[in-house]
Amino acid sequence: MSQALVVAEAPVHPPRKPVGGLRQSYDRNWYAWAMVLPTVLVLGVLVMYPLVQGILQSFTDLNESNAQDVICTKTLGGGEDCKDNPNSSEFVGLDNYVDLLTGVRGSFWLQFTNTLAWTLACVSLHYGLGLGLAVMLNRQMRGRAMYRALLIVPWAVPGFVAAFGWKFLFNPRFGLINQGLVNLGLDPVEWFNHRWTALFAAICTNVWLGVPFMMVAILGGLQSINGDLYEAAEMDGASPWQRFRFITLPGLRPVSSTVILLGTIWTFNMFPIIYFVTGGQPAGQSEILVTGAYRAAFEGVRNYSLAATYGVLILSILMVFAAAYRRTLKAQGEVF
Amino acid sequence: MRRTLSGIAGTAALALVLAACGGSSESDNDTESEKASGDTDPTSLEAELTWWDTSDPTNEGPTYEALIAKFNEEYPDIKISYESVPFGDAQNKFKTAAEAGSGAPDIMRAEVAWVPEFAAAGHLYALDGTALLEDNNFLETPLSSNVYDGKTYGVPQVTDTLGLMYNKALFEKAGITEPPATWDEVAEVSKQLKEKAGVDGLYINNGGYFLLPFIYGEGGDLLDTENQSIEVGSAEAVAGIQTAQDLVDSGAAVKPDANDSYGTMMTLFKEGKVAMIINGPWETAAMSDDPSFGGFENLGVAPVPAGSAGAGAPVGGHNYVIYSGMDEEKADAAIAFVNFMASAESQAFAAEELGVLPGNADAYDQLGDNERVAAWQPALEVSKARPWIPEGGLFFAPLDEMATKVLIQGADVQKTMTEVAAKFKSEVVPDYSTE
Repeated sequence: MSQALVVAEAPVHPPRKPVGGLRQSYDRNWYAWAMVLPTVLVLGVLVMYPLVQGILQSFTDLNESNAQDVICTKTLGGGEDCKDNPNSSEFVGLDNYVDLLTGVRGSFWLQFTNTLAWTLACVSLHYGLGLGLAVMLNRQMRGRAMYRALLIVPWAVPGFVAAFGWKFLFNPRFGLINQGLVNLGLDPVEWFNHRWTALFAAICTNVWLGVPFMMVAILGGLQSINGDLYEAAEMDGASPWQRFRFITLPGLRPVSSTVILLGTIWTFNMFPIIYFVTGGQPAGQSEILVTGAYRAAFEGVRNYSLAATYGVLILSILMVFAAAYRRTLKAQGEVF
Repeated sequence: MRRTLSGIAGTAALALVLAACGGSSESDNDTESEKASGDTDPTSLEAELTWWDTSDPTNEGPTYEALIAKFNEEYPDIKISYESVPFGDAQNKFKTAAEAGSGAPDIMRAEVAWVPEFAAAGHLYALDGTALLEDNNFLETPLSSNVYDGKTYGVPQVTDTLGLMYNKALFEKAGITEPPATWDEVAEVSKQLKEKAGVDGLYINNGGYFLLPFIYGEGGDLLDTENQSIEVGSAEAVAGIQTAQDLVDSGAAVKPDANDSYGTMMTLFKEGKVAMIINGPWETAAMSDDPSFGGFENLGVAPVPAGSAGAGAPVGGHNYVIYSGMDEEKADAAIAFVNFMASAESQAFAAEELGVLPGNADAYDQLGDNERVAAWQPALEVSKARPWIPEGGLFFAPLDEMATKVLIQGADVQKTMTEVAAKFKSEVVPDYSTE
């Protein structure tokens, strides 16, 4: 390697794509490879290994009772009697997927519909309310700092605490919400006795918890929009709605697209709210996919393979969603 | 985008980690050990044992800690580290620890239905041939819950059953002298209670366990373990659940709430807004101490009302079990401790303090006329052993759903029970036959 080449290469940053493939890249940038190695290892151990193991398990009938190949019975005071597990786990191909998707085991489609309704309602309310509050708080007004602080409070409350609080508010007999309804002359609602009212209660809780994050994120986005644009628009006679529609919303695009994607993924897999607020009641009709996976994995005789199947299906759904979402944004000329 | 994609993979991977925790694990085998015997000098035994108690930490815990103190007077060098583990978490916590091979306690208080499940997985020591089984005279039905595949894996701590608990003051107000003995009488009594005392009659908790008396009352059952058949869809079981639905539909029983039904039931009963509940002796102490209820004098206990085939209530309770991962060198100490705790004296002491029902038959002789224990005797006489199989933990998820559908959502009983039977076949006991 000549001296001239090195000098010519040095200012190029990041280094130009290696022409001669991996080998040359390694020769020239071995230190970069060394730098990423720990990350690759950690990701491999923490993400790839369990991911691959989970996918493999979803093709077996592994559960708690067939996980061991040999079961040993020990007698206190001596003596041990080991015998082969008569039905140890085995490869079953796509049986788990077929059972789950055809409804032979679990209630996948009910949970899938619930998950979609739950995610759609939560994310749109999070974003809508967050945007509204952020726009309001972005103006100069008295006590703005205090409003901001107060609106962030729900964020500081641990999810399960909020869940228990809201569950009690919605308690059909002793809860404040039904008392309020009765005081207004309305009939009390048996919140957890019907599928959609139970989901409504859970959605209220999650909206209360999730709006502050959206609000803060959007507020940050609003403050990065150049004020001159508004001034110029005003000079041109743009109405407040036009300014919102043509300056604020496009200006927020980079923030919005990220938080909506994040929000969707979080809400899709939001376990504690459903688990603690509705507990799946009535009769499992307000269960979403993650709580279904939990019940398969941890209730009764633990069914690891069925839970893994749930996990793979959830992962697939979210990957399809993320890809489609990314494509839409790309089509609109968004670099993301 | 790359960042978010790995984020997706991360969340999904986390979900899968949960599932992946189930890798097989071997517990180390200590084969060399001395033969355990019951006749060693108490002061010579030296060991440290952990005990997971799953009883209620405020009401019941202090009594068991007092028993440990008594035990240490006799065996000063056996240190018991007492850990109170919430009952709801204990089964999962123990299984996780035992499968991982670390963190499980030496001794645990296990619910009767857990024992066959733990034993089938090899998590427990069989106790055959130890002083535990030879020195004590345990009640037959509670002891039977410890037997799996011909070996005995635990000894009873307390036994319990369901009974009809009623508010005596409200009964008096409504002019009722005798507690109802059949479900038909429950309906009549409820009417009187509503008219004369202005309160609701019965509250049925929408848990599958609490509906078993209805099924037993018509001569039905969940399974027939002898003939390996699923009985939950049978005409008897359906008739029983129909009775429960009719009680709710006619207003004799309150329509339960789907969520937190148990808590609501207890609140309403303690506040005197409901006159009858179906529950067990584990609530005796808490109920007697509740300021608004009126003490134990106000609590009536009767056997569960009968259906057309007589009365029947499920046997519950808790057993002492010893974790198979425990070092065998501690065997003598563990036997000494469990033997002390399960002895007639200790169980009589707990019964005296808490009103719980001993699993040791001799404890009843020592108790004499303890009114709280005596109150449950008639209820205990109609109690019925449940099918003690390792899959016992899987019965209740489908039954709980059934209870909500039938009692709250007014679903057709025959159809719902047929679904439960199908679920038992596909998810609980695939080898059993359905009718």
